[in-house]
Amino acid sequence: MAKTAKITVDGKTYEVDATKNLLEVCLSLKLDLPYFCWHPAMGSVGACRQCAVKKFRDENDKVGKLFMACMEPIVDGMIISIQDAEAKEFRKGVIEWLMTNHPHDCPVCDEGGECHLQDMTVMTGHDYRRYRFKKRTYKNQYLGPFINHEMNRCIQCYRCVRYYRDYAGGKDFDVFGVHNTVYFGRHEDGVLENEFSGNLVEVCPTGVFTDKTLGKHYTRKWDQTYAPSICVHCSVGCNTIAAERYGLLRRVQSRYNGEVNGYFLCDRGRFGYEFVNSPKRIRKPLRKNKETRQFEELGSEDALKYIRKLLSDSKRIIGIGSARASLESNFTLLSFVEKQNFYWGESDRNIQLIQKQYDILRNGPARTPSLRDIEKCDVVIVLGEDLTNTAPMIALALRQSVRQEPVQSATPYRIPHWQDQAVRELTQDEKGPIFIATPLATRLDEISETYRAAADDIARLGFMVANSFSDRSPLVSGATDEQKKLSGKISEALKKAKRPLIIAGPSLQSEAVIEAAANIANAMITSGKTCELCFTVPEVNSMGMAMMDITHQGIESAFEALKNKPADTLIILENDLYRRAEEQAVDSFLGKFKNVIVLDYLENSTSLKADAVLSSGSFAESDGTFVNNEGRAQRFYQVYDAGENIKESWRWLRDIMLNSGLHEFGKWKILSDFTNALSKAMPVFDGINNITPPPGFRIAGEKIPREPFRYSGRTAMFANKSVHEPKPPEDIDSPLSFTMEGYRGKPPSSIIPFFWSPGWNSQQAINKYQIEIGGALHGGDPGKRLIEPKSGKTPAFFTKIPQAFSPRNGDWFVVPVYHIFGSEELSVNAPGINELTPKPYVMISSEDAGSLGLTSEKQIELEAQGKTYSLPAKLNLGLPKGLIGIPKGLPGMPEIKTGSWVRLKMG
Amino acid sequence: MLLSNLRTIWLTFLHLFRKAVTIEYPEEKEKLPARWRGRIVLTRDPDGQERCVACYLCAVACPVDCISLQATQDETGRRYPEFFRINFSRCIFCGFCEEACPTYAIQLTPEYEMSEYVRQNMVYEKEHLLINGPGKYHDYNFYRVSGLAIGGKAKGEAMNEDPPVDLRSLLP
Ligand code: SF4
Ligand code: SF4
Ligand code: SF4
Ligand code: SF4
Ligand code: FES
Repeated sequence: MAKTAKITVDGKTYEVDATKNLLEVCLSLKLDLPYFCWHPAMGSVGACRQCAVKKFRDENDKVGKLFMACMEPIVDGMIISIQDAEAKEFRKGVIEWLMTNHPHDCPVCDEGGECHLQDMTVMTGHDYRRYRFKKRTYKNQYLGPFINHEMNRCIQCYRCVRYYRDYAGGKDFDVFGVHNTVYFGRHEDGVLENEFSGNLVEVCPTGVFTDKTLGKHYTRKWDQTYAPSICVHCSVGCNTIAAERYGLLRRVQSRYNGEVNGYFLCDRGRFGYEFVNSPKRIRKPLRKNKETRQFEELGSEDALKYIRKLLSDSKRIIGIGSARASLESNFTLLSFVEKQNFYWGESDRNIQLIQKQYDILRNGPARTPSLRDIEKCDVVIVLGEDLTNTAPMIALALRQSVRQEPVQSATPYRIPHWQDQAVRELTQDEKGPIFIATPLATRLDEISETYRAAADDIARLGFMVANSFSDRSPLVSGATDEQKKLSGKISEALKKAKRPLIIAGPSLQSEAVIEAAANIANAMITSGKTCELCFTVPEVNSMGMAMMDITHQGIESAFEALKNKPADTLIILENDLYRRAEEQAVDSFLGKFKNVIVLDYLENSTSLKADAVLSSGSFAESDGTFVNNEGRAQRFYQVYDAGENIKESWRWLRDIMLNSGLHEFGKWKILSDFTNALSKAMPVFDGINNITPPPGFRIAGEKIPREPFRYSGRTAMFANKSVHEPKPPEDIDSPLSFTMEGYRGKPPSSIIPFFWSPGWNSQQAINKYQIEIGGALHGGDPGKRLIEPKSGKTPAFFTKIPQAFSPRNGDWFVVPVYHIFGSEELSVNAPGINELTPKPYVMISSEDAGSLGLTSEKQIELEAQGKTYSLPAKLNLGLPKGLIGIPKGLPGMPEIKTGSWVRLKMG
Repeated sequence: MLLSNLRTIWLTFLHLFRKAVTIEYPEEKEKLPARWRGRIVLTRDPDGQERCVACYLCAVACPVDCISLQATQDETGRRYPEFFRINFSRCIFCGFCEEACPTYAIQLTPEYEMSEYVRQNMVYEKEHLLINGPGKYHDYNFYRVSGLAIGGKAKGEAMNEDPPVDLRSLLP
């Protein structure tokens, strides 16, 4: 707490944070005070008049005046009353007005049961409609596959438009109309363009915006089974709550973590979950019939027997791990096949890059920031990453960092920073310095200064900046004027920065870009400044894989190694090799094995080639640990029991080992045994067992229930199968129970299955779980940072500066294009995401297209790696000459190597 | 002592000539008031459509958790239950579901002959529950009151509603 003050609320005196507003302070004190328009991430505007309290001049003032708590700064000695009769009457009246036009909708409203408006109506005591006139109505809009719109329910709090435009930087959403007919929506029907639109569902206190994917299989909040989970769709590792009923995953919501994603998620993370319910799910072990080459389903016992048969006559087993599998699963496979036979199922190139990033972070001197730290940085340089599409929530965080510097200008005017409207009036469109160097235009360009260039030129720009701080970082010769001007500007900004940040990543497959980023951070710190360094990585557990004690050899190495030393059995863990390497190479690799065993949850090109497939649990049916790009180890828990045929990969692998006579692994029984063994074998993971309470953890002798205590239908939900209720499944791996029985208070922060508090049924109940509003959860934010830079010795600078990129005549250099919807393997199987996924294409700069006489959508023939592909062209304005954009991972898109040269033929 | 016994016998004898309070069930059946809490049905609205909007309120009100259902909707946005199940071997006929129901869909009726030899037969699905009339409440139609547009009722056409706002208008 920076500055404290004493205030008296209803006769009781408290010591509170004086930099906050009165509403936040009351909520931090866990007092119930209704509100609508204020949001902890967005500050106050005083629009709804719901948070009125009485404020008294001094002890002798018995009358007092009404004030809006969210607009009141804290003053030492303040005397206020929430319970004052007049204040209560006023708040009740405000709700009554807000409800005059409200439809009679709760039974068919998806917000019902978790509606802030319902909660506040009950809290104020308004219960009878006196208004006798007609209700205003609105027409709704189609807003895309994610969000349902029902405008009649709006109470004009303006949260949505403040979130969408001011916080998330969206353009295609606004408030329209006049006086009592204001309307919140788009100028016309259409898909919401912003990649963070899903947060409207949680931001809007009513049922105007609801989750359309949940609506398709709707269940009330009280009827779902929840578990604390981690988003698997990129390396940021946002904390999520995943919910199930009747064996179907119903939705994903944000799980507040003050250090990571806070209140929000990106749309890929929120709506990608539907892959779990995909028809492509592997729900039972499969065996390929040798004659018909068709898969046959097996029970789990039979599957294990079959695999034992396959393994019994194998001489050498190769294991391929995966960065979308948990640490525990990879470690178990590693333990089975042993280090020399374990390959990280990633391209060699990517492994080198990720490994380099990990080494840089580990050796320091720059610290890797959390997502919350990123929001607080005031000058940011992004080298080579299109963050909105590769690590979306970092992009949202940057939209907050650009406000850091301008917001400071409010201080001399004594405008508190939570006074959102006043601060925005004052700062207008002012933005803090942020520089983005990428080959392609990005969504963040509008808030930044940009540099369009190939990877090598981006790296050269980075090296120039580094050199301006320390001449131990090499001088770049032959810089262009543009580079000189820009690097000078960047250095200037960095010099003035209070909290500078460099972001880079492996997207462009360029070592030089990563090295340049490291050099800037290193140079700044050696010259006595501070600097943080953030790297994105390709997948949810890529950083965890980099930290593991494995050979760090990839797919191509595995291909090579097999040539020298044959093996007969291959075990592939949650990995589609066809996404990692060229088709023929994978075909011939797989063809060399007598037995191919795949553990996975979605059918893919690799699993189709297997001789046996074990049905692994997705994140929703598994427990495990991931390490995010920050180096934060985070645990996710199984949401529901999917029966004996779906198990965590680590459990399947343990069973395989036991079956093959490796009895020493019999002592690995529950998750913590695996995690313990891992941290013993690899000290970098020391302490990851303690990021959540042990499975034996109980409060008052009870487990933490995954279900709310109003969970309904228990004696009827399975009665169609048998009227005798089955015994509820038991969870041996965690302190969570699969039922509604258990401890009803607030659980430790790392195992919160859902947010709920008496009187607070909506997500706003988060207030009750935080020490201070918007701060850490009680007991500290979950997760453990595993990478802290070594202090003392500064590592050497990187000295290899790449040559400037020069276009070739007739050949094009491949740069990757990432899509938030489409480039990620799992989420693309969710129908909503799939709908927004672009069709395969090639991207060519408008300039090049002009000289080739090419128009948009025209088919072009592209010759790459000895093959010809015909794809429609997309023109791009900013793309530098000589580069060609190839979208990554889109369904139906051939894998064309980043950084290779391709040839074009006009179709 | 003896006297008291004789008195008892005498009184019992007198009862022979009183009107019987028991009836010859099952030949003869008791007439129960309309609000008797017996067999539960799902009713239809005055237009003959399913009344239940699958709001889950009956299920959550049920103290023995014997109601389970799944919501779905037709192409016009009208919500209804995909399945609706009551496990009568658990039901205690408390009537909480009826009280919770915002649409008068679920109603308890004076019908009480529900015994079964096999417990599994006590599980009723929607086809066993849904009747063809409005039950005790003849007029109420939830979708006429709610703001949700459904097939045959556009925005502004519900009771007590103004026509939808014209956003292009700047008139005060
Ligand atoms: S927004 Fe809330 S109060 Fe309004 S209809 Fe929906 S659940 Fe009911
Ligand atoms: S749509 Fe929701 S968030 Fe927006 S003003 Fe209306 S009630 Fe508030
Ligand atoms: S930023 Fe990444 S981890 Fe976070 S919600 Fe989006 S996809 Fe998931
Ligand atoms: S309370 Fe009524 S409308 Fe709601 S689900 Fe039950 S029967 Fe249907
Ligand atoms: S929350 Fe204070 S006026 Fe809206």
